[in-house]
Amino acid sequence: MLALAAIPALLVVVIIAFVARASAPALADIGLLRLFSDPGWHPTADAFNLWPMLAGSLAVMALALALALPLGLGCAVCLRFFAPPPASRTLRLLLALAAGVPSVVYGLWGLSELVPLIARWRQPGASLLAGAVVLALMVLPTIALTAEAALAAVPATVLRGAAALGLSRWGTVVGVALPAARRGIMAGTVLAAARALGETMGLLMVCGNVVQVPGSVFDPVRTLAANIVLEMAYATGAHRGALAVSGLVLLALVLALLLLVEQAPRRAHG
Amino acid sequence: MIARLLVAVLAVAALGAGESTRLTVTGSSTVAPLVTEIAKRFEARHPGVRIDVQTGGSSRGLADAESGVADIGMVSRALKPDEPVLAHTIARDGVCLIVHRSNPVVALSDQQVVAIYTGQVAGWKEVGGPDLPIVVVNKAEGRSTLEVFCGHFKLKNADIKAAVVIGDNEQGVKTVAGNPAAIGYVSIGTAESDAAVGVAIRLLPMGGIAPSVGNVRSGTFPLSRPLNLVTKGVPTGLAARFIAFATSDEVFDLVRDLNLVPIR
Amino acid sequence: MADLAPVRRGPARADWHSVVLAALAWGAAAVVVGALGWIVVDLLGAGARRLSWQFLTTAPQRSGRSGGIAPMLVSTALILATCLAVAVPLAIAAAAVLAVPVSSGAGRARRLRIGLDLLAGVPSIIFGLFGAELFCRVLGLGFSILSGGLTLACMALPIMVRVLAAGLAAAAGEHGAGAAALGLSRTTTLLRLLLPAAAPAFAAALALGVGRALAETAALIFTSGYVDRMPGSLLDSGRALSVHIYDLAMNVPGGDASAHATALVLMALVLAVDGLSAWLLLRRRPWPAGA
Repeated sequence: MLALAAIPALLVVVIIAFVARASAPALADIGLLRLFSDPGWHPTADAFNLWPMLAGSLAVMALALALALPLGLGCAVCLRFFAPPPASRTLRLLLALAAGVPSVVYGLWGLSELVPLIARWRQPGASLLAGAVVLALMVLPTIALTAEAALAAVPATVLRGAAALGLSRWGTVVGVALPAARRGIMAGTVLAAARALGETMGLLMVCGNVVQVPGSVFDPVRTLAANIVLEMAYATGAHRGALAVSGLVLLALVLALLLLVEQAPRRAHG
Repeated sequence: MIARLLVAVLAVAALGAGESTRLTVTGSSTVAPLVTEIAKRFEARHPGVRIDVQTGGSSRGLADAESGVADIGMVSRALKPDEPVLAHTIARDGVCLIVHRSNPVVALSDQQVVAIYTGQVAGWKEVGGPDLPIVVVNKAEGRSTLEVFCGHFKLKNADIKAAVVIGDNEQGVKTVAGNPAAIGYVSIGTAESDAAVGVAIRLLPMGGIAPSVGNVRSGTFPLSRPLNLVTKGVPTGLAARFIAFATSDEVFDLVRDLNLVPIR
Repeated sequence: MADLAPVRRGPARADWHSVVLAALAWGAAAVVVGALGWIVVDLLGAGARRLSWQFLTTAPQRSGRSGGIAPMLVSTALILATCLAVAVPLAIAAAAVLAVPVSSGAGRARRLRIGLDLLAGVPSIIFGLFGAELFCRVLGLGFSILSGGLTLACMALPIMVRVLAAGLAAAAGEHGAGAAALGLSRTTTLLRLLLPAAAPAFAAALALGVGRALAETAALIFTSGYVDRMPGSLLDSGRALSVHIYDLAMNVPGGDASAHATALVLMALVLAVDGLSAWLLLRRRPWPAGA
């Protein structure tokens, strides 16, 4: 049992080693400094600046979470505290369904419905906003279902106590249940954020894929993960190595995100 | 005990026999649908043969053919002189410009195309179109359609000012079909198939020549690329027979079914 | 829910906070249902005409533009089964470590948690390349359903563990002391007491794991592969439904209708598997823990 539980950590180490080994030659040839200071990303012209794509990944993730968190929490609260059993069963099943839809399908819908819609507002349509909406839809089930599980884990005695003290529904949910479920909700959000950083196919189709630091939500962006898929099919030699490095940077980003969350100050009651 | 030994020997023998009736083909996802259909027809004519087609991109096809991981590689472009493999062309594919069906522009001169793609011309009005900003759709770096495009118009990818960058041809078609102000370039095969089923795009002629399969075959249409099967050295055995089949006229209907251009 | 205060409190004063909360909660649910509904309507519009019994039971023809998806259905089912067969035991073990703290295990739990979160953040394309290297090349499985299932198990693990751990922790909080007092072993406590009590969390974990597995495309292209033949064994390469959707939508000109129809079938599959696991796990509730 304990040995089995060691496998995930082992797996992570092996994956990091795998990506690191693939990046080593490129890191040696190009060097870390150039990866953030070259004039743009033009691998066939020997320019390997990763920063605009890094900014793109972070921007899409942040905006997607800004959309998905309130909606996901809202759904979780609805499931746990407001919806009668038939409705809650249906909503839960719909969320589980949404979790199983391939990102390709979200991407296709985004490309054929969302992007033209945004384009009518502001060209070119394929943008940070489109990517964030599609990504929000993709991570929403994770946030909603983990938040619901966390809220369901709040002991009934605590909730009954709140009712006995005369707290309104609002008071119970916002003042007691949500704080008690904070850890679980946080865990779900971190998972969603990590998934958001790693999302490839769907974003490839709707973000526009222009390598630039986004100035507004209507600007097209390219994420690190989408870049790997986009260029890997035809990349050779040094270009391939550079793509491996971008993979490594992505992993480093996720690690940084995780450590940041771990350090976040905690209140007395977990 | 004897029975178990016998089973083991038979299993090993079967394994050994299986190797010579199996082919692995990897590479370009553009060529993969065509090769899958050709392989199915070949398997039907040669029972017991299995041909596994996998994707992963042209560079993977090259690498796998070179290293021997795959028997045959699929590459959707002409080979460069320093690539140590042999190419066998199974089809040709034209590359043409597409605009939205509602765009009144019916033709663009080469200079206009260069001006649009380098950002010098920013509005459709300047080339006889509606009062909309031109949304330039370009392909991702390294792609063969991009290289063919840039080669013909004498452009460098770094000079192109694109509003949207796409990967596969279908993504290009869908992007242009969803945006009346967009212009892009894709494989003629893809564009023709989609336009035929009513997708909202129009193909533009190049230098006065219409972008049709016929014109690519006759060579009058200037922009095209070969779709190749590659092998390390001269192919032998099953690989040789498959390649002979794939380059024969018995598969021309399959090539045409995907709106690609047969080699003869 | 009967224990909670009703939304309106008293005849004279409306508790507008709670009304707003209700509106927000129902509003969020409505937005989500609306968005999903839009997508489903879109899929039906473009793909419904391809749906038929033949579509589900025959092999693809003309690169999938006609014919059916039977080999893909079988490949997907096999990949899913492999994934769950590996991921579920691992998830239970890992969740137990996270949820049931042992005095000597705090460091291990923290390492596990960080490791799982990192795993969740690995881009699917990297999983694909890694899976191809580890399972296909090093372990010699080649392009196969087994390689695909094992890779997916790695990807589904983080989310499954987190959800299950939350449920197990709650169950341990309520029943752990009693079990210890009765002298039950840790394994017995886990399998016979905590897991059944955490059935809703288990069902949620399964749903999310299944979802993650069925939705994955990039990783499968490099591990279980592209071959659209009916698989003969777990060692054969088999095209998953998600890979087929991607190929039809992005590679095969004129494949849109089939792509949308396949997506509808995939969604039906997700519903079926999730519905089945929810029914199996939730129909017997020995303890109304946390109702």
